[in-house]
Order: sequence, then C-alpha cells, then structure tokens
Amino acid sequence: MASGSQEKLYGPSLLNFFIYNPKFGPREGEEEKKILFYHPSDFLFPPHRTFCPTKPAKSLHTQKNRQFFFEPEEHFWMVMVIDSVYGAVLQQCYNMYKLFNGRFSKAMDEGGVALLRERLEKFFYRYLQALHLGSCDLLDVFGGISFFPLDKMTYLKIQSFVNQMEQSLNLVKYTAFLYNDQLIWSGLEQDDMRILYKYLTTSLFPRHSEPELAGRDSPMRPEMSGNLLHYGRFLTGPTNLKDPEAKFRFPKIYVNTENGYEELHLIVYKAMSAAVCFMINATAELTREFCEQLDNLVGPRLTLLASDICEHHNINRRTPGLEKEPHFKFIYFNHMNLAEKSTIHMRKTASVSLTSVHPDLMKILGDINSDFSRVDDDEEIIVKTMTDYWVVGKKSDQRELYVILNQKNANLIEVNDLCASQILAG
Amino acid sequence: MEDEYYLELCDNPVQFENASSVNNVFFDEANKQVFAVRSGGATGVVVKGPDDKNTVAFRMDDKGEVKCIKFSFGNKILAVQRTSKSVDFINFIPDLPHLEYSQECKTKNANLLGFCWTNWNEIVFITDQGIEFYQVLAEKRSLKLLKSQSINVNWYMYCPETSVILLSITAAGNVLQPFLFRNGAMSRMAKFEIELPAVPKPAKSSLSERDIAVATIYGQLYVMYLKHHSRASNHAGAEVVLYHLPREGSCKKMHVLKLNTTGKFALNVVDNLVVVHHQSSQTSLIFDIKLLDGDAIPTIHQPVLPARSIHPYKIPQIGPAAVASQTPVPCELYSSTWSVFQPDIIISASEGYLWYLQVKLKPALRLLKDKGRLMDFLLRRRDCKMVILSVCFQMLNGEEKDSLAVIATVFDKLNQVYKEFLEMDQSYTMAMESGLTRGNTSQKRPVRTQAVIDQSDMYTHVLSVFTEKKDVSHKFITAVLMEYIRSLNQFQITVQHYLYELVIKTLVQHNLFYMLHQFLQYHVLSDSKPLACLLLSLESTYPPAHQLSLDMLKRLSTANDEIVEVLLSKHQVLGALRFIRSVGGHDNISARKFLDAAKQTQDEMLFYTIFRFFEQRNQRLRGNPAFTPGEHCEEHLAYFKQVFGEQALMKPISQ
Repeated sequence: MASGSQEKLYGPSLLNFFIYNPKFGPREGEEEKKILFYHPSDFLFPPHRTFCPTKPAKSLHTQKNRQFFFEPEEHFWMVMVIDSVYGAVLQQCYNMYKLFNGRFSKAMDEGGVALLRERLEKFFYRYLQALHLGSCDLLDVFGGISFFPLDKMTYLKIQSFVNQMEQSLNLVKYTAFLYNDQLIWSGLEQDDMRILYKYLTTSLFPRHSEPELAGRDSPMRPEMSGNLLHYGRFLTGPTNLKDPEAKFRFPKIYVNTENGYEELHLIVYKAMSAAVCFMINATAELTREFCEQLDNLVGPRLTLLASDICEHHNINRRTPGLEKEPHFKFIYFNHMNLAEKSTIHMRKTASVSLTSVHPDLMKILGDINSDFSRVDDDEEIIVKTMTDYWVVGKKSDQRELYVILNQKNANLIEVNDLCASQILAG
Repeated sequence: MEDEYYLELCDNPVQFENASSVNNVFFDEANKQVFAVRSGGATGVVVKGPDDKNTVAFRMDDKGEVKCIKFSFGNKILAVQRTSKSVDFINFIPDLPHLEYSQECKTKNANLLGFCWTNWNEIVFITDQGIEFYQVLAEKRSLKLLKSQSINVNWYMYCPETSVILLSITAAGNVLQPFLFRNGAMSRMAKFEIELPAVPKPAKSSLSERDIAVATIYGQLYVMYLKHHSRASNHAGAEVVLYHLPREGSCKKMHVLKLNTTGKFALNVVDNLVVVHHQSSQTSLIFDIKLLDGDAIPTIHQPVLPARSIHPYKIPQIGPAAVASQTPVPCELYSSTWSVFQPDIIISASEGYLWYLQVKLKPALRLLKDKGRLMDFLLRRRDCKMVILSVCFQMLNGEEKDSLAVIATVFDKLNQVYKEFLEMDQSYTMAMESGLTRGNTSQKRPVRTQAVIDQSDMYTHVLSVFTEKKDVSHKFITAVLMEYIRSLNQFQITVQHYLYELVIKTLVQHNLFYMLHQFLQYHVLSDSKPLACLLLSLESTYPPAHQLSLDMLKRLSTANDEIVEVLLSKHQVLGALRFIRSVGGHDNISARKFLDAAKQTQDEMLFYTIFRFFEQRNQRLRGNPAFTPGEHCEEHLAYFKQVFGEQALMKPISQ
C-alpha cells in the first residue's frame, strides 16, 4: 500500500512515551517509583536523571531522535521520544487526558499514585495506539478549530436554536454546535473547546461516519417523533431510545480546570451534518425521560436547521470564481481565535489525515513554523524547492499563512501579492 | 375584576336635555348630532355635536310634529320632515333667505320613510316606492331632481362614511339593494340576499331592520346581520354574519361571529372591533375579524376575550342644578332605554347622554394568555404602543416570564409591522423623488401608526431597562438580545448600534469574551467605527480585542487614520507605515508623528529606517531629502546625527 510505505519513509514514529514525577522515589534504587506510565511496555528506564531534574530543555536533540518534555502540573513530567515532529502533540496528549480525567493531581487527591497509574494506563494504552504520528503535521501544531463559514442570518437562527434548547432543557450548562465537522458556536471557553473539538473531529465523528453515509439512501430510523420524521440520533449515550435495555450513560468530561473543576456529561446529538454537544452538570442524573424529551425537542428542529444550513452553504458555494481549482494551496491559522483553514488537507479520519501535497513540502511548512515560533515579530519566509514549488510562510500579528504554489514561472513579487491578498481575506 | 373591564363609556359624554312629552330628541348619524326639539321647535331647538363647541340653538315655527330633522354637511341647510309626503328646508347660510321652503316626494301616493344628506346640498328621499335624489338650490329656495328609482322598499339604512344607502326589498325583506352616492351621481350596486334562518312552516320569517347594521371595518364596508336561531334548531346560540360589500363586484358572506348565547343583542364597531352587547347578561363580547382561526370562507370567529360588562359608569352631577356635595349616581348599563348607533355611539335619551364606546387594551393582557394572539390583537388597535411595550417588558421579567420561543414569536410580529412601515415609507420617498420630476404627487405619505414599534422604542422602554435588572440571568439577557437582533435581521431591518452596545456590555460585564469574539467572527455585530473603538477599549481586559478592532477598521476602509493611530500607540511603527503605504496615503502623513513613535521604541535601527523612509519621500516629492521647517523634525534630525553621524544623512540626488 502506497500510503503505508510513505508513512514508513517519511513519518516519524513513537519510540517512547512516559510520564514521571521526580518527587516520587527520590532515593537511589527507587527510580521505578518515579515512573507513572511508560510506553512501550518493554521499555527500559532511561538515564534521564542526568538532564531532567530541575530545568531541562523543552526538547532535546540526540543524534538520532528527539525527546520532548512537558511539565503540565508541578513536578509531573511527560516525555515523548520520537524521530522528529512536534512537541505540540505531547501537550495534546495531556489535554486529552485532562478532558476525560481531570488533572493528574485530581487522581492523586482521590486515590494517590495507585489511582493515577491506573487512570494513566487506562487512558494512554488506547490513546497511544490511536495516535498516528505519521499523519501529524502543521495542523497538529496549531491544534486549531475549523470554523464553518456561514451567513449572518443562518448563524442567528442557530443562536436562537441553541438558546431556546438551553432554556427548554434547563439542565444544559454549555452547548456547542458543529456542522460538517466544523465549529459554528461554542458556549465553552476557547481552551476547552479546542480539545473537545479535537476529540470530536478526530475520534467521535469518524467513528460514527459510516451509518451517516448509509442513511442517505435509506432512512436509518423511520420512527416517528411527534408527527415529524427527523434524523436526530445520539452519538454518545443510548444508540436506540426504544431499547428497553438502553443505558443512559454519557461520557464525562472536565472543563474549566484552571478555576476549579467542572465535571460534565457530554451528550452529542446529530442530525444529518449538524451536531450539537449538550454539556450537563455531572451531578444531574440523566434519565430515559430526559433523553426522550431531548430527542423529541431537538430532533425535528435540528433536522430542519441542518437542511437550512446545507441549502445556504450550497448557494454560497455556487458563487462564480470559486469553482475553478486555485493554482495554490494554503494553511491559515489565527492564534487569536484558533481559527484554521486548510486547502491542503482532505477530510480527517480517525486513523490518517490525508493531505494533497507531498510530505516533503509538509515538512518544509513545519520547519518554517518552528522558525516563526522563535521570534515574536512579523516575519516572512519564502522557499523555492528543488521541485520548483514556491513555499511561502508569512506571520503577521497573530496570524500565520503558509502557501504552496506550483507555478514554475511565478516570480517573487507575484507570490508576495498573492499572499498579501490571502492575509487580508482571512 | 377591576382591571378586566375592557369596554368603557367615554368620560366626556355629549349632554342634552332628556326626552320628555315636550322635548323630542333626534340623532343624526351622519353629523353625529343630537337634536332636542322643544314644542315642535317653537320654544327652541338645541343641536349638540360630537364636541361641545358646535352647539347650535335656534327657534322655528311649530308646523306640526317633527318626524325627522337633520343638517346637511357643515350645518348649511336644515331639513325637517313633518309629514309623510314632504320635507321642509331652512337655509343656515349667512346672507341667504331664512324662509322655509318645501319639497314633496315626486312619486304619487308614496310614503316618505325618511331622507339622508349625502353632501352639503344633496339629499336623498327614501319612500316606500323608491328613492329620489335631489340637489338643493339654496338661493332659489327650491330643489332639483337629479335621479330617481322606482322600487318597493320595506326599510332603509344609511352608512354616511361611505355614502351608501341600503334598501330592504322583496316580501321577506331579506334582499338588500345598495346605492352609492358620489359627486352628484347615484349608482346602483349589486343586490344581495341575507340568508334567513330556516324556520318550520307555515311560519314566515322576514328580515327586521333591527337586526341589520352597516359599518366600515378595516376600511371595508360590511353589512352585519344579527342572526337569531329559532328555538327549534339545534344551534346553541345566535351569530353575527358579516357580508362584505365591495365598491365593485358582488357582496360576499365573509365572517361569522359566534355569540354562543341567545337573547337581545346590539352592535357597535370600535377600533375595528365588532362589539356585541348582550342585554340579559349585561355583558359584551368583542370580535376581531382579522384574528384568523382558519382560512375557510366564511371564517368562523370566537370572541377575542371572555364576555365582560362595560366598565361601571357614574353620571357626574354637573350643570346648573348640581350642588357640590352631590355624589355621582351610578348609571344603569345595558338599559332598555339605550339606543345604539354605528359605529361607536350609545345614547340614553331618557337621561340625556350620548357616549362614545371605547376599548381599553390593558385588560387584554390578563385575559388573553396566548402571547402571539395577544400581539396580533394589540397590533391592530389604535392606541396600542404603550400597551405593547408593557407586554414586552412583562414577558421578559418576573416569575411569569415567557419562553424564548414565545419571545421570538412576539419580536417577529412586531418587526413584521415595523418592516412593512419602513418599506412603505421608502417606496413613498422613492416615488416622491422620481415623482418630483414628473409632477406626480398622488401617493400619500404612509401614516406611522402606533403599532410601529421601532428599535428605539424597544431599547428605551424594554431592553435597556430589562438589562439593568439584577435578578435576571445574563444568559437570558443575551438570549433575548440575540433573539431581537435575529428577528430584525430576518426582516432585513438594519440594526441600530445601541443594540450591539447592549450585547457587548452584557457580555463584557460577565467576562464572556469568547462569546463576543464568536459573534464578531460571524459579523453578527455589524462593523462600525464606534464598535471598533469600543473593542479597542476592551484590549486591556481581553487582548484579542485589538486584532478584532483593527480588522473591523480595515473592513470599514474609511478609518485609515484611526488604524495608523492604533498601530502607532502600540509601537508598531513599521506596521503603521506598511499599512498607510498599502492604501496609498503615505505622501500625506506627518513625518514627525512617525519619528516620535519610532524614537519612543528606543530601537535605533527602527528609527534609522523610518528616518530614511521620510528622507526618500522628501527627495521624491521635493527633490531634496531635507525636512522643511514646517514639519518640525529638527529634534529628530539632531537625534539622527547624534546616533548615526552627519555622514549618514541622505545626499540630495540631482534629477
């Protein structure tokens, strides 16, 4: 398989991953107590004492590989040893753990090291298996959010929908609204939304994409709700409300971890391409009645809204000029609102993200980005590759734009003008 | 109960001498005048109009009992009917002879049923054998027959507002023949039949004059028929059937008002509502024919509000006989001596009062629970503004506040009316602009009714007060404001800046910056300079507001100076220069301002770059890199020399 071999050729792989706390087992010979989690399981204790104790570098290059260090909570260190690639991935590992488990210190408070080890084991065992470093690229560095472009009126309709649902289902504390795996509204704060978005788009949605596709030809659920046929269904919690054995358990997530915890039930409900996340205080008990009420209330309206959005989206897409294939591809990221746009990436799936350009070019983008991250000023880097591609990186205020241009005869000025117009458009 | 009376008699009734054996009282529906005729006029006739100033008093010879007495429009000519054959006239125009003159009806052996003025000098005689249309030649003291029509008439009815006379014809009396009088012409309209209730044979029903009323409702002429169901039939109650009488075309049965009871009824029309008084229960019902319960024709209507009595009324003891200590006397409502006239008049001849019936809107708030229906009802009423605003305020406040879905419905209804007005106003303005050149000014400026509730009304009376309340959650406040903005957008009404400010204020007060950010990202809060400045002021609490503000200024494209100021204040001197050059304004900027900002950064290379840029500009514009005294850059020149040396200054390039 071509993609498989590419991964072997260019993609980095995870050599080691471990989490430790130097305060645990300070005496000689007790080093293994410091280790809270390690991967792979036959991994031998590393001689890190020599460099890590107090203030290690964020990343350390050895001849063959690179080690990333991250101290998310005091004295807790996460280390990743990989061929190359980005430290952002490590931070993401922690954030994902935190979303579903809370901070390390939370487990410590609740059940000491034993509980922490148990949770780390449970979480990272599966998480690392699904972590495809080979397909990590610039977008993983940004950890951005793709926003769905929408006209004002439809956006206001969604606002109205969200507010009315929150009022009717008065347990709901926060709501997020997505369409086509892109965010439209988040009632959560930005940092929490960022990691939830990552979870939804790379894990939850891809897992549920198959029945969705099947549903186009034959309605999956011909059941009636009120008098309205709707396409709403739960992506978390019960798969079939009619099932007498159905369990009304939803995943719990932790948000607002900076100012005390908020533990929430995560209900993800989807109709066609529109998905809503309802987050409810974990102390509330979610019953069959509540889920039925939600299904009856949200299902028909969300179905309607989804077709509304779809209609508007198609009208906008028909705007002339946008149809023809642009002769350049770009990645855009705004640090301020975490908005990302990419014409390089195809739809992300659970296992791999498909890019439409050669991995070499992606690597150049990564390199330009790490150059940018070293300085605060506005910068611009233009590279011409051996294969006659122009690669341009531009950083302006809080925004970054990367353009790949395949025009042999383009000159520097043309490339520059193109980028300027893109920056203004973003 | 006190605040549930939704009908009341007006505070200032027209008072006249009550009817007695020596005093006959007449009412003219056309001029709304009450005539008190003492002793056939010999001891005086007092005419009182709708407002007190128009009282006319005069004497006339007693030539027999007066059957009917009416002024023509503007009180120009008085017509008095004393016999069943003729009408007498007296001129009230100054300088014309006051001597009476008389006109007999033309048709032999006809009995005069009555007469109606259709203009200041045009009069229609209605006899049992037809109608005769005359012009009164006041100077000549004679009448000229304009047109006549032979037809057997049972009784007639006149609608002065539309100048339409209805004649009851045929044996059963249930065929009505309307005639329209306009500009000296009489035209016959399509006759129509009133469906009488089915009665068992051999009894015969016929249409009584008492059961018919004519009035204009929402600008259209309707014949209202009080249909009493016979006891034998299974129908529970009587109904009022409304026949629409268009100016052209045929009459159509359009509405049926269900009274759900039987007995004696009387009809009024107030503020386009049909009021049905029920004597035995001493209550009244109101119907709004535009409040639809379905789209079938005829439309069946139930009363808008439950039956209630007219608000108790006390007759003030005023006038010459009144003594200060006397207390007002309660007035007997629904008295059998009351006479009811269209559209909104109730007369008690025995007590000497004429009242206008009025509708009070406030009680509807309690009696009509469905807010959507309540709004539909209120929006069509004349004095509705403050009541509507208080409904809006109530639905957002307190324990009984409504759901967002209801609030959304109410906003949509308000904005629908608001939008219709804006559109009419706009098309009028456009017609005027284009009409001025063509001299066409036939279009009338649209009237702004009280139902037009604009953003400033909502802001002042509802939203700004509501957002100040401590006991309301910010989530609800934001939801309400967004709902109002959504509704305005849905009707394509430009949202006023102060509403955005209210949203921002609420979000900022509760540190909901990320929400604000998202609203701006989707341009829900439209770009404006004031909004950009507001955002800029938030930068210290929310740093991304800076980028949001700058982006907005850029999109506005009329705020280049502001952008430069913002960037310079942030010490982004190069950024400011790049920006102003990108919009082509770099030849007009102040060198001193940029050099000041560059020097403040204490970045020598930056200062060098900026200094060099202006030297080059000077060279290009004036052929010499040196600054002119007017630019006040001496201090910066000195600094440049001090840091980089005199030799670093740019040399003039000769061209």
